[in-house]
Amino acid sequence: MLIWDLFKMALRSLVTHKLRTFLTALGIIIGVASVISMISIGEGARRQTLNTISKFGTNIITIKPGQKKSRHVTSGRVDTLTLDDANFIEENIPLITGVAAQVYRSAQLKFENKNTNTTVRGTGASYARLANFEMDRGRYFNNEEIRSAKRICVVGSTVLKNLFEDRNPLGKTIKVDGKNFLVIGTTVPKGALSWYDPDDQIFIPVTTAQKRVFGMKHVQSIDVQAGQIDDLEIIKEDISRILRQKHNIAEGKEDDFYVQNSSQWLNSWGDAAKTFTYLLGGIAAISLMVGGIGIMNIMLVSVTERTREIGIRKAIGAKKKEILQQFLIESVLISFLGGGIGILLGIGTSRIVSDLGDWETIVSTQSIILAFGFSVAIGVFFGFYPANKAANLNPIDALRYE
Amino acid sequence: MIEVEKLSKIYQMGGQQVPALDGVTFKIEKGEFVAIMGPSGSGKSTLMNLIGCLDIPSSGSYRLENLDIQDLNPNQLAEVRNRRIGFVFQSFNLLPRATALENTELPLLYGRVPKATEIALQALERVGLAHRAKHKPTELSGGERQRVAIARALVNNPAIILADEPTGNLDSATGKEILDLFQELNREAVTLILVTHEQEVSRRAKRIMQMKDGKIIADTSNGAGLC
Repeated sequence: MLIWDLFKMALRSLVTHKLRTFLTALGIIIGVASVISMISIGEGARRQTLNTISKFGTNIITIKPGQKKSRHVTSGRVDTLTLDDANFIEENIPLITGVAAQVYRSAQLKFENKNTNTTVRGTGASYARLANFEMDRGRYFNNEEIRSAKRICVVGSTVLKNLFEDRNPLGKTIKVDGKNFLVIGTTVPKGALSWYDPDDQIFIPVTTAQKRVFGMKHVQSIDVQAGQIDDLEIIKEDISRILRQKHNIAEGKEDDFYVQNSSQWLNSWGDAAKTFTYLLGGIAAISLMVGGIGIMNIMLVSVTERTREIGIRKAIGAKKKEILQQFLIESVLISFLGGGIGILLGIGTSRIVSDLGDWETIVSTQSIILAFGFSVAIGVFFGFYPANKAANLNPIDALRYE
Repeated sequence: MIEVEKLSKIYQMGGQQVPALDGVTFKIEKGEFVAIMGPSGSGKSTLMNLIGCLDIPSSGSYRLENLDIQDLNPNQLAEVRNRRIGFVFQSFNLLPRATALENTELPLLYGRVPKATEIALQALERVGLAHRAKHKPTELSGGERQRVAIARALVNNPAIILADEPTGNLDSATGKEILDLFQELNREAVTLILVTHEQEVSRRAKRIMQMKDGKIIADTSNGAGLC
């Protein structure tokens, strides 16, 4: 018998039992839909986060004041870094292209009758470049203004919206914790992460922040930009060496600072997101598996139900292979159908998620091929046992079966 | 055409060997109309299954058109069933969801015969059912269903047609029509082997084989069948 005839027969039997076919396919539909939507959500989250993180610059090394650990007790010394350290690094390490010391704290801002609570970040002149902030209007402050600790500020786009409702803020004066600051620039929006909005802050000279706003002598972090990503490790070692020297740390004692770089963080975050995607995909794959078992179950029932039909076919000359093919085609058709509907449903689901949840989703061709191939493979795998059972029926017994 | 020699079939039942067919020997020539009779358990169904290549003998030999059936593998047996044997069953055994034409066509499809629909229609015409070709078995009467089954048995031009109690599920008038059809086919040189326990039915045959306890106890020519 030609495959086409077998295909027509299988199709007819599926059409005859429409509801049963649909219910059997439902397991695969749900499985494929969840594989596709889960992977698209995970992949979207991963890509979105990596995008945003990479906006902060991947060639940045961050130095933070260290918390000295003595056995299990962590003592909170956070005042071990100073502006001096930052300058010392800038002068002594040739491979770097920028250093920006920072202090930050949240503070109350006021303009006319509007209030907002935001992060005030005191930085060096090169911070905008290091952190990939582009200027929208005006300019960033320069070294001269830092040296003289001027009361000037650059506002982020979220703050701009909150305080000025997008009016031109240049030349206006805002109050930061009650002190007047002149607005000299605004930054281009970077886009918010779910837990952190880089646009919801204002920037002021680091010296101004230390002396006039926060009243502190230390800095909270120092960002160092490497000229080349390949030099990151060397620079990290250099920083450790000269800071230990400057801080008079005896050999064998622990650093009083941390050195880390964003690409490490990026990598580990990327790995975590990938694991998350795999986990979601894995859960979805389990539901595909359950769908496959559903197919096997129904096909077994169907074989028993159609024992007599199988007997007739064998009596009039159907070979074992032809019976096997007929039932395999049926189960593959079910999973094919389920896979097709599942793909549409999965794409639809991820669309809805990205529309409603304001969450980017990426339906990759790979995930579609994966899910579809997997579902057809499941049709063959779980259909084989019932089909084989049918093919091996003894025609005499099958003909007598009531 | 059919040469059966010392054919035996022994079933294993709970460790015991039960001989269902006990060394039967006979020949059937082309164009014969043979009725196999006997009480239930006499081995006529077993003999039927063996002649129909649905089962393989425990011992002995069976030649069908110079083919040694006992030496064939299951695939070759399926081919023999497809090309050389037509079955007619007591309970019709049609596929319920397929039309009369599709049922008739089925052996041709398995045999990969070209122009299957055309040939199947001719077979239906031969049993007088061409006008019911598009109907499903549930829309046909018992007699019509059996005619479809006969058309299906005929469609591959088999060497023999095996009929197992073909009138068992029909009322006597319809049964008579079916037997008339069988006789007509026999006159057109179709070889028929018919299993029955009804005297009425066996009277139509040209030759009657009586079976008991797995043996043939009588093999007689039937004058009435020759008319």
